[in-house]
Amino acid sequence: MTDYRIKGETGEWEVVIGLEVHAQVTSNAKLFSGAATEFGAEPNTQVSLVDAAMPGMLPVINGECVKQAVRTGLALEAQINMWSRFDRKNYFYADLPQGYQISQFQHPIVGEGEVHIDLGEGRSKTVGLERIHLEQDAGKSMHDQSPCYSYVDLNRSGVALMEIVSRPDMRSPEEAGAYVKKLRSILRYVGSCDGNMEEGSMRADVNVSVRKPGDPFGTRCEVKNVNSVRFVQAAIEYEAQRQVEIIEAGGTIVQETRLFDPSRMETRSLRSKEDAHDYRYFPDPDLPPLVFDEAFVEALRAELPELPDAKHARYVRDLGISDYNASVLTAEKEAADWFERMLALSAAKQGKPLTEVARAASNWVISDLFGALNALGKDIIDSPISPEHAATLLALIGDGTLSGRLGKDVFQIMLETGDDPEKIVEERGLKQVSDTGALDAAIAEVLATNADKVAQYKAGKEALFGFFVGQTMKATGGKANPKVVNELLKAALAG
Amino acid sequence: MSVDAATVKRVAHLARIKIDDDRSAVMAEELSKILGWVEMLGEVNTDGVEPLAAVIPNTLRWREDVVTDGGIQDKVLSNAPKAEYGFFAVPKVIE
Amino acid sequence: MAVLTDLTLGQMRDGLRAKDFSAKDLAEAHVKAVEAARVLNAFTVETPELALKAAEVADAALAKGEAKPLSGIPLGIKDLFATEGVQSAAASNILKGFKPPYESTVSGKLLADGAGMLGKLNMDEFAMGSSNETSAFGTVINPWRGKGNESLVPGGSSGGSSAAVAARLVAGATGTDTGGSIRQPAAFTGISGIKPTYGRCSRWGIVAFASSLDQAGPMARDVRDCAILLKSMCGFDPKDSTSLDLPVPDFEAALTGDMKGKRVGIPKEYTVDGIPTEIEALWKKGADMLRDAGAEIVDISLPHTKYALPTYYIIAPAEASSNLARYDGVRFGLRETPENGSLIDMYEATRSAGFGSEVQRRILIGTYVLSAGYYDAYYLKAQKVRALIQRDFMQAFERCDVILAPTAPSAAFGIGANVDDPIAMYLNDVFCVPASLAGLPAMSVPGGLSDDGLPLGLQIIGRPLDEEGVLNAGYAIEQAAGFTARPEAWW
Repeated sequence: MTDYRIKGETGEWEVVIGLEVHAQVTSNAKLFSGAATEFGAEPNTQVSLVDAAMPGMLPVINGECVKQAVRTGLALEAQINMWSRFDRKNYFYADLPQGYQISQFQHPIVGEGEVHIDLGEGRSKTVGLERIHLEQDAGKSMHDQSPCYSYVDLNRSGVALMEIVSRPDMRSPEEAGAYVKKLRSILRYVGSCDGNMEEGSMRADVNVSVRKPGDPFGTRCEVKNVNSVRFVQAAIEYEAQRQVEIIEAGGTIVQETRLFDPSRMETRSLRSKEDAHDYRYFPDPDLPPLVFDEAFVEALRAELPELPDAKHARYVRDLGISDYNASVLTAEKEAADWFERMLALSAAKQGKPLTEVARAASNWVISDLFGALNALGKDIIDSPISPEHAATLLALIGDGTLSGRLGKDVFQIMLETGDDPEKIVEERGLKQVSDTGALDAAIAEVLATNADKVAQYKAGKEALFGFFVGQTMKATGGKANPKVVNELLKAALAG
Repeated sequence: MSVDAATVKRVAHLARIKIDDDRSAVMAEELSKILGWVEMLGEVNTDGVEPLAAVIPNTLRWREDVVTDGGIQDKVLSNAPKAEYGFFAVPKVIE
Repeated sequence: MAVLTDLTLGQMRDGLRAKDFSAKDLAEAHVKAVEAARVLNAFTVETPELALKAAEVADAALAKGEAKPLSGIPLGIKDLFATEGVQSAAASNILKGFKPPYESTVSGKLLADGAGMLGKLNMDEFAMGSSNETSAFGTVINPWRGKGNESLVPGGSSGGSSAAVAARLVAGATGTDTGGSIRQPAAFTGISGIKPTYGRCSRWGIVAFASSLDQAGPMARDVRDCAILLKSMCGFDPKDSTSLDLPVPDFEAALTGDMKGKRVGIPKEYTVDGIPTEIEALWKKGADMLRDAGAEIVDISLPHTKYALPTYYIIAPAEASSNLARYDGVRFGLRETPENGSLIDMYEATRSAGFGSEVQRRILIGTYVLSAGYYDAYYLKAQKVRALIQRDFMQAFERCDVILAPTAPSAAFGIGANVDDPIAMYLNDVFCVPASLAGLPAMSVPGGLSDDGLPLGLQIIGRPLDEEGVLNAGYAIEQAAGFTARPEAWW
């Protein structure tokens, strides 16, 4: 492994990256009002008088948003602050009805924590978290709907966001990407954010600076509102290169806010926000301090689901699943849930302990199922095959009802129809015949028809055994269980 | 603290209030007077004093996470100086 | 029969129940009085139809013996309260024409208790002022006149409320008090008014000036009327995070006038330079009245008193600068768009045209004290001094039950007398602001007349949540003072 470096004319440069991830808190109602948070409604229909900042309207906090922030903090091994406070961040914009955003500046609800990222090939890293705070989202301005006006929709205005601020601990686009993916995974495990980057449920402000290795931090630029892992990485690559070029040409980096343009994969200065910002933060007098106790935090901790790192460790340690398989299976909560349900059913159906079926089940999920879903462009939650049906299929293969080859055929049919494998086997008569009565009759027939060969076999020409097997399989249309056929033939020929 | 006209202009811009030169000069004088007066607080020893957080001790009460509001587009837009197609309309912003 | 508008609210209530007159009679008499007194400019909007409609409902309820506490009582509502479908402009150009699709909690509670609304009362723009001269709807004239019949201010910011009550145009009125806006105008017009403990009355639907200080309260002819109105106005509101979740006492039941066993504190720091001797004399008289009612008078100290006004003039403008950011011409109210102007041009033109000069002045001060590099020196320092001012009161209340002080350093002054000197104007609230900063209940009751024959107020400040103690002390003074003077109806 070599460190990520930008090769400039004056030597190698290191990139320093910190991320502020804005994650929409999963809740029914907004942070300070009773309006809905659903995505995609008609304009200004999910707006209360509070969200529209009508004169005299006041905020009242949604307790679920507080819980979600605490759950997130616990999942990120962060300090939970039992006393926090909301501040006003003052600035004017058409989609900011109050003229200020209610946020947490001085006393955030969650303090320092950490995120462990897996970089593959056994490499890993810990990224420090500085804080998580709760704040309001703004509304949406649309500038291209009318020739004369910008349109403002306040449906998002007041939706709860968690701003998750990392330390400047990342040193490559790859690390930043892994960090965002891991963060997204944890938030989805916890259920505090749906992680849907296309709908804007998660977006990142990327702080990038460059320096010669060993030097102090350089001046950073902030690239705002980047909404995919790929764009985060592209923004860093572009921005780092740009900064190196400026410095090497004798220029200096101006601390500024920039915008990532996904169509050109480059960043540009945000001219419309050129005004020097002076947010005039002060404690919001409409909101007394946010206070809760240890018991409240502990109750939330007790309800937390098993998180990806713990799950990964358990898969390897207790189930004997490979490190790679465990990584793949635990990356998304849905996949892990799907796998664990299938595994439990599978073990039950086969009457075996989990440990005996886990490895094979994990291999099947990753190579067969994920491969097929990938080809179909589907996520695990849209899988046409349910965990129940998958467990049945594995049991059918395991007990010899289906041969490996038939198993693959049935799997294909399941993907197409979503049917129960037992039904498929039944309807299409694909069942492997192991019934000794039926096979005895077939064998008797084969031996009777080939009495001459039987005599030769008995005389010592043992190579003919294969011929008898083949004839029996042919007689049963390929559905006979070869192992049973072997046993029965041996017994019949010995008689 | 003496405030000059340029400072008044800067502050007025932060507060989004248009102020012409004559007025900013007058305002500078007034603000200087008022700020000079409030600066008597400098005399007070506040070492170790916590700033007041809530005048009557109180902490945040939480609302339930249920949708109780919204669906009132007509009310939301009823006083708008300019609304079109369910949106508020403002002078076009060039990003 | 007596002139109906001369009755106190309590007498109206009892007369309605005794069927001495109907709610319709009462409403009509007040509607007439309002029409006849337009020269006072106490109203920004008159709503006789609403008052008459409420009277109709009240008469029906009275006939069935189902009267509510305020059935048939015609009130005026300060323009700072949002009233559904009725212009609520906070006496500002920027909100002219704004008709809220909602009713403030406090005005809603009064209406729910059977009261009728005669109209919206004029005030200083956004409640910023002590003379009602900053209103975009024009100055309110005090029904009391000077010796030479010169026009006087009614105090502020609840100047429309004080003038309307004093001139017998309304049975009672709502006011709001951020740094004296109920008490000082009450004193200037010879009526009573109480600002309850911060958090007693919901702020929901009241246009915010300084959120950590704003409190609604009643203004009325006498202390009993204040007690009756306060009971209807206050109470827990889940829509206001600063609202206190406490039961509402029966304030009227607390009015015994008996001060036995009570200690009344006289703060030595309220003897400020330049205070007229007639104010000092009144203060002393007030102490005597309470002593006669059984109270023990004790000297107390509130060492940080002189820092209260400067503290207030940092905190209130800071909060206001943020609270008033929503008046931007986007969703409601005035919009000024310069030709080919940008969004920022629209903001600046709208706010420049929409806000009057005092409001602009305070927004600029507030913006300045919160801006980068100044926050610690001004705002944070002020919040620390505020904590000390509050501590002073808490220590004083270890030695006394209520505090007696003058309400204002002078009687009502002439229109225009203080408009050119903001600080001189601010000094009007020197006695009112400390209790506001500490969130304490405080009221003003008329104590007597000045040498010029103008009303002077006495202020009682109580412990947090002790409105009953404050009202009762006020009642004791009222009983002793026998204040019956009233402005001659010259209008």
